[in-house]
Amino acid sequence: MLSVENLVVTVRHGPEIVRGVSFAIEPGEILGLVGESGSGKSMTSLALMGLLPPTLSVTGGSVTLDGADITHLQPHERVRQKNGKVAMIFQEPMTSLNPVLRIGEQIAEAIRVHDPGTPPEPRARELLDMVRIPDAAHQLDAYPHQLSGGMRQRVMIAIALACRPQVLIADEPTTALDVTVQLQVLGLIRDLCDRLHMGVLFITHDLGVVAQLSDRVAVMYAGKLVETADVGPLFRAPLHPYTQGLMDCLPDPTSDAVDMATIRGSAPRPGDIPDGCPFAPRCDRATATCRTGPVPWVQGPDGQTAACHFPLNTKVSA
Amino acid sequence: MGRYVIKRTGAAIATLIAASIVIFAFIHLIPGDPVYVILGDGATPEQVAALRERMGLDEPLVFQYLIWAGNALQGDLGQSIFFETPVTQVIAEGAETSILLATITMFWIVLFGIPIGIFAAIRQGTWVDQGLSGLAMLAASVPTFWVGLYLILIFAAGLGWFPSSGYPSIFEEGGLANLRYLILPSIALAAPNAALILRLTRASMLDVAREDYIRTARAKGIRPYRVVMRHILRNALLAVVSAFGFTFAALISEAVVTETVFALPGIGRTVVQSILRRDYPVIQGVILITVCLYLVINLLVDLSYRLLDPRVELE
Amino acid sequence: MRQLLFAWSRPVMTRPLTTIGVGFLILIVLFAALSPLIAPYAPDQIDPANRLLPPGGPHILGTDHFGRDTFSRIVYGARLALLIGVGVVVFALASGVPIGVLSALYPALGRVLMRMVDVLMSFPSLLLALGLIVILGQGVFNAILAIGLIYLTTTARIVYGVALRLKAEPYVEAARSAGAGTWWIVTRHILPNMISPLLVQASFIFAFAQLGAASLDFLGLGAPPDIPSWGNMLAESRIYITRASWLLLWPGLMIVLTAFSLNLVGDALRDRMDPRFREMIRR
Repeated sequence: MLSVENLVVTVRHGPEIVRGVSFAIEPGEILGLVGESGSGKSMTSLALMGLLPPTLSVTGGSVTLDGADITHLQPHERVRQKNGKVAMIFQEPMTSLNPVLRIGEQIAEAIRVHDPGTPPEPRARELLDMVRIPDAAHQLDAYPHQLSGGMRQRVMIAIALACRPQVLIADEPTTALDVTVQLQVLGLIRDLCDRLHMGVLFITHDLGVVAQLSDRVAVMYAGKLVETADVGPLFRAPLHPYTQGLMDCLPDPTSDAVDMATIRGSAPRPGDIPDGCPFAPRCDRATATCRTGPVPWVQGPDGQTAACHFPLNTKVSA
Repeated sequence: MGRYVIKRTGAAIATLIAASIVIFAFIHLIPGDPVYVILGDGATPEQVAALRERMGLDEPLVFQYLIWAGNALQGDLGQSIFFETPVTQVIAEGAETSILLATITMFWIVLFGIPIGIFAAIRQGTWVDQGLSGLAMLAASVPTFWVGLYLILIFAAGLGWFPSSGYPSIFEEGGLANLRYLILPSIALAAPNAALILRLTRASMLDVAREDYIRTARAKGIRPYRVVMRHILRNALLAVVSAFGFTFAALISEAVVTETVFALPGIGRTVVQSILRRDYPVIQGVILITVCLYLVINLLVDLSYRLLDPRVELE
Repeated sequence: MRQLLFAWSRPVMTRPLTTIGVGFLILIVLFAALSPLIAPYAPDQIDPANRLLPPGGPHILGTDHFGRDTFSRIVYGARLALLIGVGVVVFALASGVPIGVLSALYPALGRVLMRMVDVLMSFPSLLLALGLIVILGQGVFNAILAIGLIYLTTTARIVYGVALRLKAEPYVEAARSAGAGTWWIVTRHILPNMISPLLVQASFIFAFAQLGAASLDFLGLGAPPDIPSWGNMLAESRIYITRASWLLLWPGLMIVLTAFSLNLVGDALRDRMDPRFREMIRR
């Protein structure tokens, strides 16, 4: 079980990028992390992996996996952890594999690090089967450029699975893929999550994907979470105006309207975030209260929570 | 792979033929009657007539070229005016010196340029890296003959550790110890080129380090040292290896001056002397051989690049 | 090790060295422009009584084997250095850019031209220059042509590559479909985008032209001996280096520092152009 408490990521001698984020992921569940560019969702995922560059660091909060504190450990320092691993797949499958090494070798490398006793080749074949790559034995000898984007992303997943992770972080893994391939990869992730009892943190800006795939959703804005909910309740009745705004932006194929809805204004940059609620400048419901002081977390029905003074559903309690 | 080899070799041959046409035209571009250009002013009428006949100077230029090229392919590059021996012989006499000089120089370049470049990349941003990069740029800005003269001043004339000029063959008295005559010249020749290779290695390592697949490698939990050596270096060296052809050409060029400074009996010095003596057949022959050699080296570098980088496709 | 693994996040370093380099170049320009004012003696003033004097006294850098003041010859030598540099850069750009652009615009012509450039590039650079000198004869102008020819080829290649890339840019296609003529596209879209890479190229060409000219001078095939040039000074002082090592130091140092400064400038310009000037914070 992955537990993130009050995670703060700061640029060295600079502003906070992630400003106190908390969530948990249970085995077998998919948490969708939604937000626009610059909201800090990718930095959160890198922090969870221990892959933050030297210019950024975790300056507050903690990341705990099955009770073990892994907050400040880099990937190679986590290899010996008995309490489970976190693995990650990235957005650009076309460039995420080493072009001069064969696929089999790249998977075997991961196996050798995490599973030292196991003979790599049979295990690699097994992993390729798990990610539904046909003709696994042959593909082991292939080079990355011989595979399509979808196939490469599956290989990435196979590499991630080599360490038998407790949690898989997927940072926009399908954004760079064709829609049909997207569906296949998403289906694969869902299937693996169920079969292997893995927790998945799925990061995306695409609400459609979130609706299809996630069990729970967390919405991020300007370095903080603004709403968390199970996926059904979120889409039926979002609490936070930002969430509602995101859904309004989705074009409605049944309507005849010509104009597309937008959320006016733009997201604040790190270091430039106003006091009070960060969304206030763009919110139609904002009042003076919203612009000053801390924002309360309110509870809605079905375990929904949001950080808002005036949530959309009045049947809430603070 | 086979098709690529054939295509690439064909391209090299085509370039060689085109270059040979340029080299052939060289004689005819020099002001004056080619016969006297070749034979010098002291030629007898018989020699003039014989040469006219042999080179087919009364024939159309195309035939002259074919005669010349045909001769060249059979190993006949004409006669040196100054030495009155075949050009091929003149070149062969200088070959040992130049080849050994180039080899030893290449050795310095690889030995110093690449490891120090890797080191600077690993320590990127630190004072060590800035210092090394600055020094490398400085070394790339020095004329080889100046370095050579200073090496002579300090190590030969001053400390007496190395001889200052000449080169007795290793096949003669002294054997392999005679290689010490080539140490100072090779250092002078290596300095700017090693600096360029250093900078290229460093830049290439930094470029590769920025790639997404390096992030993947780290995410796998591989230790940083291994990531650098196995993933970054392997990809970075591709760019360095493909620069070897150009490095070789630079060596040939600068060897001309270095051999002059150190009075080495190599092909470079022969070229310079031939220019001063107006010994055109020799100049022509040397240029043809060096171009040929350069194209061969480039071809080999290209093909080996293909072996190292599986992405390369036919052009 | 960490620094390398996170190279993409490093901001570009500032370089105090480059400022010094620019300062040096300004000094060279001043030397060249104001030679009669700066040099205490005429560069060809012979003084047999004071041959091979070490630095000191009225001759701050000593004298050579003819008794000529080294410092004065260094100052006047800046003129030739600048002349060669400018000449080679102008020739290389004026010929290389049209060849590159035309080759990119007209692919059929381009194949032929680039083949010819390839052929020229198969000659090791100094040999190519020497060959041209043999045909044309010695002299400053011929040296400029000979060295310029080398950099014509590299410039043409680079310009060809850049122009091809630019030709494929969406905004060029948009202009084409809007009916813009070829010439318009060239002057409005292609050439302006080439200024930065060409500036970088020019710096490096200027730098290597110094080294090439020095080599030619040293071989006695460059500037004639009556013109003060740093390369000639080194050639002439060769036999005296054990007796008068200061003659070796200063001309060589000038060549090195000039080339070095230009390389620094070129590097700084190239870094400036690098799209790596993105934010440290991604997304």
